Amino acid sequence: MFLHTVWLILRKDLTVEVRSREIAYTTIFFAVSCILVFAFALVKEGKPPEDGAAGILWIAISFAGTLALGRAFERERQAETLRALLLAPAPRPAVYLGKLLGIVALLAGAELVLVPLVSLLYQAPLLQYPGWLVLILASGTLGFAAVGTLFAAMLVRARSRDVLLPVLLYPITVPVIIAGVRGTAALLQPTVDADSVRFWLALLVAFDAVFVTLALWTFEPLMTD
Amino acid sequence: MPKWFVRAAVLCGLMFAASPFVIATSRDEAELGMVFKIFYYHMPSAWMFLLSAIVCGIASLRFLFSGDVRRDRTAVAAAELTVLFGLITLVTGPLWARRSWGTWWIWDARITASLVGWMIAWSYLIVRKYGGPGSDKLAAGLAIFGMANVPFIYISVNFWRTIHPATSVVPTLPVDMSWRLWFCVASFTLLYVLLFKLRVYLEEERSRVDTLYLALEG
Repeated sequence: MFLHTVWLILRKDLTVEVRSREIAYTTIFFAVSCILVFAFALVKEGKPPEDGAAGILWIAISFAGTLALGRAFERERQAETLRALLLAPAPRPAVYLGKLLGIVALLAGAELVLVPLVSLLYQAPLLQYPGWLVLILASGTLGFAAVGTLFAAMLVRARSRDVLLPVLLYPITVPVIIAGVRGTAALLQPTVDADSVRFWLALLVAFDAVFVTLALWTFEPLMTD
Repeated sequence: MPKWFVRAAVLCGLMFAASPFVIATSRDEAELGMVFKIFYYHMPSAWMFLLSAIVCGIASLRFLFSGDVRRDRTAVAAAELTVLFGLITLVTGPLWARRSWGTWWIWDARITASLVGWMIAWSYLIVRKYGGPGSDKLAAGLAIFGMANVPFIYISVNFWRTIHPATSVVPTLPVDMSWRLWFCVASFTLLYVLLFKLRVYLEEERSRVDTLYLALEG
């Protein structure tokens, strides 16, 4: 029942997205613009800064993530469908998980474009260790989206929600950004530092565990009028 | 307001008036010299900053699960005091850093975690101010996440940058310095309690006025 609800919500979100492709296009275009702006800011005499690729990749992901979160819940607000979802006789944590997985899927799609692009434009060997990179990206995206989904859902009813989402989200997700950037930078070293990659990955996983638990626990009281 | 409030406020005023003399008569620290005296204000305010953030988180948690608005008033008061004492900490810190490390700012674990904690307290207040109806719950959620977050920031920055200031300095201080430090800690704690009490009282009065207005209209 629980997993079925999660699946239904995820499928609904993906169907809406596949039909309009609105979030995918806007998010990816925005992330690519970010990458471009960073190139103007950081590249000197045609050479990108060392380690720069890791930071730029994660900034692009988090900026694009904020945009996707805002848009995904704006869609639910316009037709009051979030209220309908919450009124449905389904467990609240299942609603949260369904929305979370939808956001993670969207961001994963964006990362499929961003990683090769950053790797190409900043001459960074990001795809040297695809297994590690996938693990770091997956756990980092999950952590970012776990907090983001909860806050975006809470903000649906608030005034000036577009401004408030980044204001709330960035200070809270600082550990994800640090761990993601450092973990990815460790992969870019000429000889990969397996210990530090493992450390950052462990931190990301711990962060995911704490934040998904906290979000599942507080989603019910937070979304009750 | 309780009776003890005025007496405690007078005592607190006297303690703060005396504190410059207490600090000035302390001898200079061997390595840092005069600049060490910033520590007498820096550390107590940093403690109050931390304490306040924890009070805010716990009060928010209780508000969220019990729906008791008194807890919410406690949380607002604590959040505002977090911003205030955080500001004192973040202003006195760089003053010291300039002398002892030669730079205003270092991305060290403790400093970065403090800055982010301070920003979370700010975002709590921003949400309450601009979030519109229902923002009290939203802010409570934020405070809970903020409280859970600070250890993570601390750990992550600790491994990202490894420059540390001495963290266990308090027990190693000589007696004539440590009593002065504890005097300042006591002054700041008293100030915190007083401001906290005052702020909660203000919030209670405000909600009473709101209820009266609603009764008048209805």
